[in-house]
Amino acid sequence: MKGHRQLYWRKTRRLTFGLLAFWLCLTFGTTWFARDINQTVILGFPLGFYMAAQGSLVLFLLIIWWYNRQMSKIDREFGLEDD
Amino acid sequence: MSRPLTRLQRYYLYYTGGFLAFVGALAVLERHGMPPRWVGYAFLIFTISMYAGIGIISRTSDVSEYYVAGRRVPAFFNGMATGADWMSAASFIGLAGTLYLSGFQGLAYVVGWTGGFVLVALLLAPYLRRCEQYTIPDFLGARYGGNAIRLVAVGAAILASFVYVVAQIYGVGVITSRFVSLQFEIGVFVGLAGILVCSFLGGMRAVTWTQVAQYLILIVAYITPVAILSYNVTGNPVPQLVYGEVLQKVTQLEDRLFDSPAEIEVRQLFRERADLYAQKIMQLPQSLSLEREQLSSQINRLKASDVQMRDIVALERQRRDLPHDPEQAKARWEAAMFSAAERSRQPIHHAEAFPGDTEEERDIQRINFLALIFCLTVGTAALPHVLVRYYTTPTVHEARESVFWSLLFILLLYVTAPAYAVFAKYEVLSHLAEIPIAKLPGWVTAWAKVGLVSIEDINFDGILQLAELSLNPDVIVLATPEIAGMPYVVSGLVAAGGLAAALSTADGLLLTITSALSHDVYYRIIRPDASTQFRLVIAKSLLLVVAVLAATVAAQKPGTILSMVAWAFSIAGSAFFPALVLGIFWARATRMGALAGMVVGVSLSLYYILRVEFDSIPWLGVSGFKMEPWFHVQATSAGLFGVVAGFATIIIVSLLTKPEPGSADFLGRIRLASRRDA
Repeated sequence: MKGHRQLYWRKTRRLTFGLLAFWLCLTFGTTWFARDINQTVILGFPLGFYMAAQGSLVLFLLIIWWYNRQMSKIDREFGLEDD
Repeated sequence: MSRPLTRLQRYYLYYTGGFLAFVGALAVLERHGMPPRWVGYAFLIFTISMYAGIGIISRTSDVSEYYVAGRRVPAFFNGMATGADWMSAASFIGLAGTLYLSGFQGLAYVVGWTGGFVLVALLLAPYLRRCEQYTIPDFLGARYGGNAIRLVAVGAAILASFVYVVAQIYGVGVITSRFVSLQFEIGVFVGLAGILVCSFLGGMRAVTWTQVAQYLILIVAYITPVAILSYNVTGNPVPQLVYGEVLQKVTQLEDRLFDSPAEIEVRQLFRERADLYAQKIMQLPQSLSLEREQLSSQINRLKASDVQMRDIVALERQRRDLPHDPEQAKARWEAAMFSAAERSRQPIHHAEAFPGDTEEERDIQRINFLALIFCLTVGTAALPHVLVRYYTTPTVHEARESVFWSLLFILLLYVTAPAYAVFAKYEVLSHLAEIPIAKLPGWVTAWAKVGLVSIEDINFDGILQLAELSLNPDVIVLATPEIAGMPYVVSGLVAAGGLAAALSTADGLLLTITSALSHDVYYRIIRPDASTQFRLVIAKSLLLVVAVLAATVAAQKPGTILSMVAWAFSIAGSAFFPALVLGIFWARATRMGALAGMVVGVSLSLYYILRVEFDSIPWLGVSGFKMEPWFHVQATSAGLFGVVAGFATIIIVSLLTKPEPGSADFLGRIRLASRRDA
């Protein structure tokens, strides 16, 4: 039972920190280089502006969606669904 | 499970339909001659009585219902309630204006305020829910043990929330005074009543269901005007999709207008004026008496000749209005100098990231942009009134889902705000710049009367140059209905939306403050044996006291308090974020470590804000302590240092103290999904 719990936690942690790293790169990467990527134009927007005004936000939503999906999977795998 | 959910959805569908029908009916009535003032009253009375109705239906005398809505709120609705809880008067009215004024730089707010929810989802929400407590100090108390940490957490929660709630009530006063022309102080107490009807009888349960209702109104009110404006300008009613095109046009207009000879001349004139004020300030007090003498001799000269009496009276008034003493002169002239210097600056291109003349200036902008994003994300993930919403879902799984819904509902507003700014800028550049001042559109003169728009023809050419126009950030959202030529009913709708945003946030904050006091201080520390009935009596009376206190402070119109709201993020972030995250993810974190980290984090943030923002505290008798900011970071981002110091302190002190035997047990409980296991 103990090993079981540890494996569950390890998987949760790996998912959490993986997504967190992606979030960090996304948030601070696109803003740090905003000046450079602003040269590219997407849907009429300069890319740096677009990322800060819309692109990043949608990706944030996808990060949460992906996290929920994977966590439900892990919960099921360990027979831990609540409700 | 699914039946009550569909019933709820049906209720809110009826409610939304009812609200839209109400707006439609008002539009018809207005066309048949209903005066705008009545439209304003109708909105005010209708929405507040709706909220009151929900508040009364949801009254409760159960502790769990009062603090966490009985943990029965479905993910979808909790998401909506969080959206309303989160989006304040500042998001609704101020954000678009900030984006208008600072262009790309303002997007730090958009990224920061949404990115924070990723941190909530990944690091906090599921674990808070699994812990089954009532408040955030409660969670820290359960994790680390002891009353000291609970008290520090209560102090930080109140520090961060009280200023914030005052700002919301202030916002209600502003909105009601502007749209229904109530007196400001009366507006504040209307706000107080609006908050109390939602929260007093039903606590969290009532607040949750009114917040859902308020979300629906605020989002409709926010999107409608800009969608119509977008349709007028581009033929497409989805502003978020098409404002890229408009942004390109804005950039072209900027290129054409910014360096026209008239603009350069006007900026030069403002620069000269700023220099003149600087000189006068330096030569105080002589410059003041000199000015008075000059005016006096001029008046005497005119009196000796026979000019019209009117000119003499004007000059005498000018002399009377001179500052009374050097101190007042300094304050007044400094304000005039800053405003002139502001107008003399080279305007920024809306889409340009980190504008600046030199590489160094651009880097300072970039550092501040990233620092602000950091503070706002961490602050978002640490504001107790938002986190407490994730206690209210039925399961951990639904807590996770509800963060998704929260962010989705919040996004709807945040992707619209930059569109507002761009459309407003397009309007200003294409229909105001280079237009004779006598022929400006009606909305400009209407809002100039209220003081939100100011125009000064400094070069006397009778034509408006961009530098001669200055807009208060609030005007962008408030005036968009008029810019798009819509009837007053749309303005009333915007007012109702702003009211909903302010009231919903105020409710959540007020409840956070009261539960920190009644649950954590009174029940957990002072009288653990109090009966549940008595605990609720205490909670309700404290709610009343705090609400009246906040309204009283707001009625004083404290100007500084509005700028203090931005600091709430730094305070909350540095107090709670490190202690919560390490408490969940690092078993070795100890009570002493967390306590030290929280105190160091908050103190450092406060210290930084104080020394960068102020030079003296008159009532303490200290002065001259202003310092240069570290790495050019502005005071609003003080949390950057506070959070880092908080993390470092917790880690170091924890490693120096003995591990706590209880923490493994606690963590085993909150890290595992199953409730059967717990």
